[in-house]
Amino acid sequence: MAAFAFYLFAGLLLTSGLMVITTRNPVHSVLWLILAFFNAAGLFILLGAEFLAMLLVIVYVGAVAVLFLFVVMMLDIDFKALQRGALKNLPLGLAVSGIILTEVLLVATGWQPGQGVIAHEALAGPPEGMTNTQWIGSQLYTRYFFVFSMSGLLLLASMIGAIVLTHRRRIGNRRQDIGTQVARTPAGTLGVGKAGLGQGVEL
Amino acid sequence: MTYTGWFVEQFGQGPGWFLANLTLILAIAFPVMVGVALAVYADRKIWAAMQMRRGPNVVGPFGLLQTFADAAKLFLKETIIPTGASTGVFLLAPMISFTLALVVWAVMPFDAGMVLADLNVGLLYVFAVSSMGVYGIIMSGWASNSKYAFLGGLRSAAQMVSYEVSMGFILVSVMMYAQSLNLSDIVMSQKGNVLGILNGNIFNPLLFPMGIMFFITALAETNRPPFDLPEAEAELVAGYQVEYSSMSFALFFLGEYANILFMCALIPTLFLGGWLPPLDWAPLYLIPGFVWFLVKMAFMFFVFAWVKATVPRYRYDQLMRLGWKVFLPLSLFWVILVSGWLMFTGHFVAAPGVL
Repeated sequence: MAAFAFYLFAGLLLTSGLMVITTRNPVHSVLWLILAFFNAAGLFILLGAEFLAMLLVIVYVGAVAVLFLFVVMMLDIDFKALQRGALKNLPLGLAVSGIILTEVLLVATGWQPGQGVIAHEALAGPPEGMTNTQWIGSQLYTRYFFVFSMSGLLLLASMIGAIVLTHRRRIGNRRQDIGTQVARTPAGTLGVGKAGLGQGVEL
Repeated sequence: MTYTGWFVEQFGQGPGWFLANLTLILAIAFPVMVGVALAVYADRKIWAAMQMRRGPNVVGPFGLLQTFADAAKLFLKETIIPTGASTGVFLLAPMISFTLALVVWAVMPFDAGMVLADLNVGLLYVFAVSSMGVYGIIMSGWASNSKYAFLGGLRSAAQMVSYEVSMGFILVSVMMYAQSLNLSDIVMSQKGNVLGILNGNIFNPLLFPMGIMFFITALAETNRPPFDLPEAEAELVAGYQVEYSSMSFALFFLGEYANILFMCALIPTLFLGGWLPPLDWAPLYLIPGFVWFLVKMAFMFFVFAWVKATVPRYRYDQLMRLGWKVFLPLSLFWVILVSGWLMFTGHFVAAPGVL
């Protein structure tokens, strides 16, 4: 049963991953990407990491992918222009992917398990009487506290960056000012004009 | 012998387990569907009563069969797929909405031990499924290839993502009191938790504001008035549902009400003591827990209908301001306050993993 579930999730994961890069419609690719996230969460559940699985669904499927979809839906992509650009950059792209392929092959053939640098000894599973969630919490805030704080700082920096980018003054940006909207009176906005025959009204 | 155990004995390990769970799923899904039909009726009746009208009263006794008549009418109509629509996504969207609205009931404890899947991350499961609910709406908005539907879908995506953030923090403060993510454990942690006699987090002064905020967030998450911006009929016709007809519309409608009913069940579970009576007093336990649960659910649904009948719709920027500038800072502050209080009173001493 577990083997069947593994092959089901893994197969769907790989298929949807493939569909992400082969579908022509960008919105469809994002939808396939969501299916891929979902199947990855299924694999986490098979590993007994139900907390991580739920977190993957909440964060990636529930928030990140929604924003992806939001952006992609707004884009007006001209496929003709994209294809023209692709032909021009083809040699460069081939060179880069060739280098990456060679590196991956070198690593994959030369690597032997258990000979890398070990930063920490691996932890055994959660102790008796502790759920997955409690165990992750108790390790994350004690043993891995510095790593955890550093990643928190990284996220803070990117958050500040995003806020600064949104709040800078841009030309042609129309901000909503609730005060001015509420303070509008008929005297400032309404007027009666007389339209002559065959002419409009000067505004 | 357990229910599943009997099936396993009769049909063997694999098929028995499968059959037992299949019947249990039907035993939840079917009453939920009937509940949805009655909830629509109750909604219309309460709404009518508040506007001094009669409401549905023609089909069946007291108009009880009105919803079934409406459903039959919808199912007999023709399914129309717009020419410019992205057919696959267009048809998938209502199915996703409906399935997610049913799937989330799997972890709901109706009584002590009366739960299909007693997950130890039950609350996160609820949160995950409800955060996926936005896809049904955003996909239908995009696939319809219509301006109104698209605007409705975008509004809904922004609204649900915004309110999920503060909803997460509210859930954190509840789960810190319960020290568990399991919904049954959360209910049991509320037994006599205030002054030793009141059952329910809502009676706890620290969690009372969270309970009110959770109710408002639940209104926003289920796109109920006053937060029904995604389908605001005055400006967007019907939002993301514009292009849907017959079965596909019915699936959206059923899914929406199943979600509302679920929220009406989740609020009692988290704040009103679930299947426990309001007072921790022995004679009250003679009434079965299931009945208490249904009574609380019905009460919550009445409050939902009450809000719908009385409160005018929010403007979109007001909705966003409430979510990001009021609820998010307040709930974040409250998490710190609650955890500080619990740390101060030694609530976490017995928790596993404490140094």
